[in-house]
Amino acid sequence: MDKSNKSGAEALIHSLHLEGVELMFGYPGGAALHIYDAIFNQNYVDHILVRHEQGAVHAADGYARATGKPGVALVTSGPGATNAITGLATAYMDSTPIVVISGQVKSGLIGTDSFQETDMIGVSRPIVKHSFLVQSAEDIPEIVKKAFHIATTGRPGPVVIDIPKDFTDPEYKFEFNYPSDVNMRSYNPPKEGDMSRIKEAVDLIENSKRPVIYSGGGVIQNDASEELTALAKLLNFPVTNTLMGLGAFPGSDPQFMGMLGMHGTYQANMAMHNADLIIAVGARFDDRITNDPKQFALGAKKIHIDVDAASVSKIIHADIPIVGSAKECLTALIEEINSRDLNVNDPDILKWNNQISDWRNKHGLNHSLLEQGPQNGKILPQQVVQSLYKETEGEAFITSDVGQHQMFAAQYYHFDKPRQWINSGGLGTMGFGLPSAMGVQLAYPESTVACVTGEGSIQMCIQELSTCLQYGLPIKIINLNNAALGMVRQWQDMQYGGRHSSSTYENSLPDFIALAESYGHVGIKVAKFEDLESAMKECISLKDRLVFLDVDVDPNEHVYPMLEAGNAMDHMWLGKEEKTWK
Amino acid sequence: MKKVIALLMENQPGALSRVVGLFSQRGYNIETLVVAPTTDPTLSRLTMSTEGDENVVEQIIKQLDKLIDVVMVTNLSDSEFVERELMLIKFKKDSFPENTFEESNIVSEAEEVINVQVVGTSTELDALITKTKGNHPIEIVRSGSLGISSDNNTLTIEN
Repeated sequence: MDKSNKSGAEALIHSLHLEGVELMFGYPGGAALHIYDAIFNQNYVDHILVRHEQGAVHAADGYARATGKPGVALVTSGPGATNAITGLATAYMDSTPIVVISGQVKSGLIGTDSFQETDMIGVSRPIVKHSFLVQSAEDIPEIVKKAFHIATTGRPGPVVIDIPKDFTDPEYKFEFNYPSDVNMRSYNPPKEGDMSRIKEAVDLIENSKRPVIYSGGGVIQNDASEELTALAKLLNFPVTNTLMGLGAFPGSDPQFMGMLGMHGTYQANMAMHNADLIIAVGARFDDRITNDPKQFALGAKKIHIDVDAASVSKIIHADIPIVGSAKECLTALIEEINSRDLNVNDPDILKWNNQISDWRNKHGLNHSLLEQGPQNGKILPQQVVQSLYKETEGEAFITSDVGQHQMFAAQYYHFDKPRQWINSGGLGTMGFGLPSAMGVQLAYPESTVACVTGEGSIQMCIQELSTCLQYGLPIKIINLNNAALGMVRQWQDMQYGGRHSSSTYENSLPDFIALAESYGHVGIKVAKFEDLESAMKECISLKDRLVFLDVDVDPNEHVYPMLEAGNAMDHMWLGKEEKTWK
Repeated sequence: MKKVIALLMENQPGALSRVVGLFSQRGYNIETLVVAPTTDPTLSRLTMSTEGDENVVEQIIKQLDKLIDVVMVTNLSDSEFVERELMLIKFKKDSFPENTFEESNIVSEAEEVINVQVVGTSTELDALITKTKGNHPIEIVRSGSLGISSDNNTLTIEN
């Protein structure tokens, strides 16, 4: 079978099959039509027709984040390629393994400004891990092999394969051979960390009095949650996760301090600021964490474990840099700790954990808002997330868009498992929630997949409601409708004297219920707190229908805590009038 | 202090644009950049110089190393190395600084102009430009720095 003669298009699809690809997302067009014909003639790889190429790439991304397997999208040249760009940038910033295949004009036409021609390699260059412009049909199998290898190993990331139409011509066939392995002299991602560094790290751990484990998306990508949890349990150290790292450590565990950073919890940010040791694993000290790097955790030594050497000491100097995969490095760390006689009930650590409990009791998030009923006659957005958590028993996949709703979901839904929380953390892409939920739902047809969104974000990829009908995807859209671009308006309230420049819609919002129904789905409106829980119950219980739950929430609610810009992590706004500094 | 970074990359279409694109994308200030194929036709050698501080240079090297097409990269300034640059200067004959150049520096001579060639460190070339300013050179062309380590270390790979 493998050695039969195939066209470039057939070789492409067969190569995807041999890489274990079961479904791909895409949108046809001239330069990709040979490939689409090859898809029609086989049964290995399912193709999901989206309504916009951005949706295809986000869906592939969501699939990859939820499963850990590479996601695949197929687009045509020109506008198909440029529409894929936001999806690529999203995957690049969050290091997700996806492969995007773009049709290109015939090789002889490249550079002539021909119809639907875009230099995809050039346009995508800064936002891909790597890209390939196919130079001959025979190269396709080897390029696919390399693309999947690069996308999924080391620090994962998106890879583009741009294929001129003539190299997929059905008339030209060649002997198909799929390479069994990849040999690239220029690409050898690290695995094991330097053992001497690991010993030095354990020396610091032994002598630490105020440690924090700070972990990010790298732990989830590398399937190292078990090791991270084992390390934290072994040492009895407090844990905080980045927005991308939620679920790496059980969100409902008492050792968990919640998310840190811009909208992190009081106790997580205070712990970071006052720590004497920060163990960073698969996290990159980005600006949403550190605030002002010059004032960041000045009393702490930093151990930084990351598979990407370029992330280490990029923003914050690492006292102990450990370059390697999270799984291997954490395992080595645990073994080294076990080989020594460590006192995990050290009074200093107990004292530190008590201090964190005090912080939590003083200004921690209120996880019982739902029980407190309506606030000034309104539904708080946090209450909607708490209702969703209660109704799904904390077991749903939650995708999100970008803004206040994203932060409320991150703060109030306790993610106990890795890959359960799917959001665009790095790029902050509005429109990510619904298409990424399609990828998750297709990967896990039996699971509840909820997209926590807002009336702003959902309209950025609303067209995918049609895709959801075509493939029967019973996604639950939880729309926190505050009739404004909430996070923009929050900043305008806080920093621009309440001048709401272009952050409201002047009564131009659609009737989301009618909109959902016109796409063949179920729409449920919630305007009163009394209806919230019963509507949520109905929404989640409709197992085989997409439900658009449109909830009117308090339009004046802000997300807190919020770090004060340009300062240290202990400078937080805790409410509209309440802050931690004088 | 000027730093010189050298790297070997796959001699493939698009490889150079990835390297050059990285500099603008990440805001690195590069002073000179020289690229040429090596005796191994699958590889190109690229040499660049920058004024960045230690941390910036470390980041540049790590980011370059991360590019899939880059096979090896080294900071030549980490140890003793030889840096050389080629410069061509065109003077009008009536203002040619005869005492500054040897006969061997002259590479072409026409009715009104003389071209000279000079090899030296970039600092030496800077000094020469200052010295001949009064002679009003009408064109100056510099190649950018090349570098090679002074010791046993080499930037080569075994095939």
